Parts: sequence; structure tokens; C-alpha cells
Amino acid sequence: MSETVSKTARWIDWANPTRFMTFAAAFLPWLGGLTTLVLAVGFWMSMQAPDDYQQGATVKIMFIHVPFAWLSMMCYTIMTLAALGTLVWRHPLADVSAKAAAPIGAVFTALALVTGSLWGKPMWGTWWVWDARLTSVFVLFLMYLGIIALTRAIDDPAKSAKATAILTLVGFINIPIIKFSVDWWNTLHQPASVLRMGGSTIDPSLLWPLLVMAIGFTLLFFTLHMQAMRNEIWRRRVVAMRRVAARSAERRTVQ
Amino acid sequence: MGALFIRDIRLGLRAGGGVLIGILFFLAVITVVPFGVGPDLKLLARIGAAMLWIGALLATLLGLDRLFQADRDDGSLDLLIMASERHMLALTVLIKCLAHWTVSVLPLVVASPLLGLFMNMEPAAIGATTLTLLVGTPAITLIGAVGAAVAVSLPRGGLLVSVIILPLTVPVLIFGVSASYGAVEDPAPFLAPFLILAAITLFFAVLGPLAAAAALKSSAD
Repeated sequence: MSETVSKTARWIDWANPTRFMTFAAAFLPWLGGLTTLVLAVGFWMSMQAPDDYQQGATVKIMFIHVPFAWLSMMCYTIMTLAALGTLVWRHPLADVSAKAAAPIGAVFTALALVTGSLWGKPMWGTWWVWDARLTSVFVLFLMYLGIIALTRAIDDPAKSAKATAILTLVGFINIPIIKFSVDWWNTLHQPASVLRMGGSTIDPSLLWPLLVMAIGFTLLFFTLHMQAMRNEIWRRRVVAMRRVAARSAERRTVQ
Repeated sequence: MGALFIRDIRLGLRAGGGVLIGILFFLAVITVVPFGVGPDLKLLARIGAAMLWIGALLATLLGLDRLFQADRDDGSLDLLIMASERHMLALTVLIKCLAHWTVSVLPLVVASPLLGLFMNMEPAAIGATTLTLLVGTPAITLIGAVGAAVAVSLPRGGLLVSVIILPLTVPVLIFGVSASYGAVEDPAPFLAPFLILAAITLFFAVLGPLAAAAALKSSAD
């Protein structure tokens, strides 16, 4: 019983934006430093990694392409969890989190598409094919843009939060389709080769840099996300302060 | 619920020829295609099913913002939301979607065989396309209900609804077109994509009204 109480208490603590801000202020420099360190190590390992016997040096695009693609899906999953937080628990930070995550996710998706296209040109001989995974990731990109457009279109944060949350939840159907598109349809894009039953099909010399880069970019995502959440809270405070100032100015002129 | 259905159909038929505009738009899209790709009858026959589907999709999206807008303007939407204690709001939304589909999308389906003739399609292909449109377009309306409900409070929501709904309708388009092709081209199956299309429609018949009802409730206060 006491455990549930303390858990609830902690949960509510997190709902307090001020507490989040103190935590973020203390935590962000460390997270940023760690991100830089891991990314630097990842870049160094990528440089040291041997060329593929078939693909040559272009295999190194994988070290950024795969993390971007992972993050594009992870970011949407986080937004879905935040949407649940908005609708079910009415957590005040959840909609800040969803709003802050959407542009970051859109950028990562765009980067995944661009790097994939750059990799596809020498390997497949074309910049773009309408294959199941490419198409579904492109649809994901469009959905990010739609969500951003909807968020910006509604002025009232509380209303836009709910509307966006509902749209995000409905759009989550796309994530399993992306994940399993390479298994369901026979596509040009290769099937999952890192995380799969029976071990990875990638050689350890290429797998380790990839994993380090993935961790590095995930940390980068969380750094950017936390920073963006902080900006959003500040922005809302500025808006609130401006309203208070405007109201008091009005009162002064009336008197 | 029956009364609501009949009321919505009457309003839809009466309100400024919305039905006619939808069909005209569909006709215009299909007419533009031969100008764009050239009057090659073989090519038109091959892409005909896809063009009919895209035209129907766009024409359906065009009318979607009217789904809740008119009711919001005259205040009856608030009454419907307040009545949600007696009638589940999701059910009300479903009825409204069905009425909207009957008035503004069913005519498109009826018109599609004629447009199929323009595209020089075979009778079997025309039949299959009409059948897939009949089964698949309700899914577009039901997905569109979510977008219309989310954007109902916006003054210029029409374009936004199309933008946020279009990515979600991609599966409907994929399976609708592949079923239409499956009916004429031999190795491709017809039944499997057709059943998936029916499953998508049924799935969104549950999810769409629920999500739209939640969005309408949050926009009302």
C-alpha cells in the first residue's frame, strides 16, 4: 500500500513543471556530455570499421541510416505514450512531450529517408523505389507533418493537446506496418538483420559501431527532446506572463 | 438514431447541391487524366482502376469537412454531445458517417461504372472496381470522421482535414486497387485483398467513431 502511495506521489511530482525544470536543468548538461562522448566514440569506431566485401565504403551509411530509422519509430512510440498520458491520466507534461517530440521525429524520419536514398543510389541503382518499407516510412513522415500542422493550427494548448493525442493514437497503426513490412511483403529493402531470432546476421566488426551509434543517437534524441520540452514550457510561461501583463495594463488604464 | 439518419440524409440532399459537386469533381478528375497521360486507350485501361480509386478518394475527402461543420454552426452538435448520456456518442457519430456516406459517397460509387467506360476498362474490371469502391469508401469516410472531428473547431479546417487524413487512407487505396487488379490480371488474387479491404472498413467502423467521439467531446467545452 505504502509503495503505491509513494509511486503515485512520485508520479504527481513529475507532473509539476517547475520540478521538471529543476531536474532538466541539473540533468541536461550531463546527458549532453554523455551524448557527445558516445557519438564521438561511435564516429571513431565507424571510421575504423572495415569496408564491406561487397558494398565497399558505402556500408558506412548504415551507421547513421539505421539509428535514424529506429529513432523515427521510437519517437512516434513515445508520442503515442504521451498521447495516452494526455487522454488517460491527463498528465500536464504529456502534451508538452508530444508537442516537443513531433518536429524532432519528423527531422529524424527525413534524415532516415535521405540517407537511405543516398545508400540506395549506389546499391540498388535508384534513389527511390515504391517498396513497402520506403513507402510506409514516407507515410510516417507525412503523418508527422500532419500532426505538426494540427498542433500549430489550434491556438489553445489544452484543446490542441487532446486533438493531437487522438490523431497520434489513430496514426500509431502505421508503426507495426513499418516494422513488419519487410517480413509481410517481399521487398527490395532487406529484412531485419540486427535484432532477430537466431542472432544477428551482421559481422561483429560492423555490428559494434552500429550499436554504439544507435545508443549515441538515442541519447541525442533524449537530449533534444528534453531541451525542446523545456523550451515549450518556457514559451507557455512567456505567453501566460504576457497575458497577465496585458490584463494588468488594461486594469490600470481603466482606473 | 433512425430519425437522425433520415434528418442527416435530408439535410445533405438539400444543402446546396453538395452531392452534385462531389460527382462533378469526380468526373473532372477522371476527365483530366486522359489529358495528362494521353489518349492511349490501352494505357487508360491499365491505370483505369487506380484512377477511379484516386478520384473517389479525393472526392470523398472534399466533402469531409461538412460532416460536423454544419451541425456545429447551428448548435445541434452541442445537443448531440449533451445527449451522449442517453445515446452513446460514438454510435451517433457512426450514424452521421453512414448518412454522410449514403448522401455524398454512394453516388460516386454509382457513377464509377460510367466513368470506367470512359477509361476503356473491361466489364469485369469495372465490376470489380465498383465493388471495391462500395466496400472500401466507408473506411475513408470513417477515418475522415476522426480528422473532421479533430479539426471541427478550426475556421479553415477543410484543407487540414485532407492533409492529416490522406496518409491514413493509404492502406485502403493499396488494397482497393490491388483487389481491382486481381479481378482481371490472372496471377494476382482478388479475394485476399478484397477481404483485407472489408476488414479495414470494419476495423475503422469501430475505431473511427470512438476516436471522433472523443475528439468532439474535448472540442465542445
